[in-house]
Amino acid sequence: MSGAPGGRFTGRRRAAAEVTYVEAQVPTRMGDGSLVDMTRSQIRAEIEDGTQAAAKRGKVEPLAQDELDHLLDIFASASRFTGVDIGDEVILSQDGTGQPQQGGTVDALYQTEQIICQDSVELCHMDYSYPAIKPLVPFEQQAMKEAQERLTIPVHYGAQPDLGRYSRPSGPCGNWSELLPQMKIDEARAAQEEAMAMAVEDMVFVAESLWEAGADGIDFDTAGAAGDADLLAALCATETLRARHPDMGIMIGMASEMVLGMHGELEYKGTRLAGLKPKGQLQVVQQAGATIYGPAINTNTGKSVAWNSARALTYVKPCMDVAEIPVHLNAGMGVGGVPMFGFAPVDAVSRCSKAAVDILRLDGL
Amino acid sequence: MSKGMRIKEAKQYVADKLGVTPRDLSDNLTMHELRGELRMGRIFEGETTYFNDPSPLEAKYHIAENLGISINSVNRFKVGLGIGG
Repeated sequence: MSGAPGGRFTGRRRAAAEVTYVEAQVPTRMGDGSLVDMTRSQIRAEIEDGTQAAAKRGKVEPLAQDELDHLLDIFASASRFTGVDIGDEVILSQDGTGQPQQGGTVDALYQTEQIICQDSVELCHMDYSYPAIKPLVPFEQQAMKEAQERLTIPVHYGAQPDLGRYSRPSGPCGNWSELLPQMKIDEARAAQEEAMAMAVEDMVFVAESLWEAGADGIDFDTAGAAGDADLLAALCATETLRARHPDMGIMIGMASEMVLGMHGELEYKGTRLAGLKPKGQLQVVQQAGATIYGPAINTNTGKSVAWNSARALTYVKPCMDVAEIPVHLNAGMGVGGVPMFGFAPVDAVSRCSKAAVDILRLDGL
Repeated sequence: MSKGMRIKEAKQYVADKLGVTPRDLSDNLTMHELRGELRMGRIFEGETTYFNDPSPLEAKYHIAENLGISINSVNRFKVGLGIGG
């Protein structure tokens, strides 16, 4: 090793008093979770490029200079773990709790409350889909009743609208993914509208059944995964549930930063859903009567965590000015800047979480 | 959660109802004592038992009462007992 003790700089010796300084490197992550070394200057460049990427594609303002500086301080650190300041804690909600390492589903919820100290949990079925759950509702109701008797924290019930499940061969409706490439646009749209009506009915049925069993709230997770009709189904179900159950917590978590226009002409109360970005998504979610909105910004696995975090926060920031309900950023495997890896490294998760809370003043994660 | 309250407003609401400051909500020592006093439930820990602490449904009943909120499972339990509806 050449240079100073600890190898913080190295240099080719040209003269006795002449040393070339090399910027120190810190360990950081790529979007696939791999551990890499970068200099502070490189991380700064990643953050600046990430915010510009979101600004250009999302047609939003890039983060301000003081925000970029704060992100740099968070990501150019070699510490194993980081966290928000005391007093800045936010609520940790969770989708899809209940898959146990040991014991049963409700045991997993209990362990999550008692050991992980999550603020809320979500009972769910392994097949995380409202149409798949419908025939199993009595068993889910029984599990919810037991969960409510064993846990003190709120227990949601959650699944995906999963509109694609209604298309052939899984379901009775035409398959718009096959119809669209054949240029059968009208048929594709009609199939989505038919599926949407069924999805709304199923979501309302399952939600009311679980509410009857004591659920504190319902989660429509990855809304919009199958496009604008998928999101509209979740909004319509929310509107119906809100009218019937004023005290029901309703969380809508999104599938991605932009709603795909698989139909293209669907509107909710005058707002076209195709192409909606987080601010627009939040506004329709609020209008429908939901009580929590979860933006989801997908992680680019080929870019660094710093780049992804800056990009995600830039996309979500416009939401915060119009938010009347809590905003819980999806910050897990492959979203919110967090690496796309089943066991996301805690150094990256904690940095992305702190960055989101500090910059956005979020309500939860 | 059911009220759709933003975090700052929610912390102030809870703090006011419990007679503490929002900063106290971040202090697990303070909250551990307070939750015990108000019978709102605490984390069980093997070396420090609280056999007199409430069961989850009883804890949720006290949470609903102390915070002035409606909790679905508590309401249904009260209906079952014939003391609510």
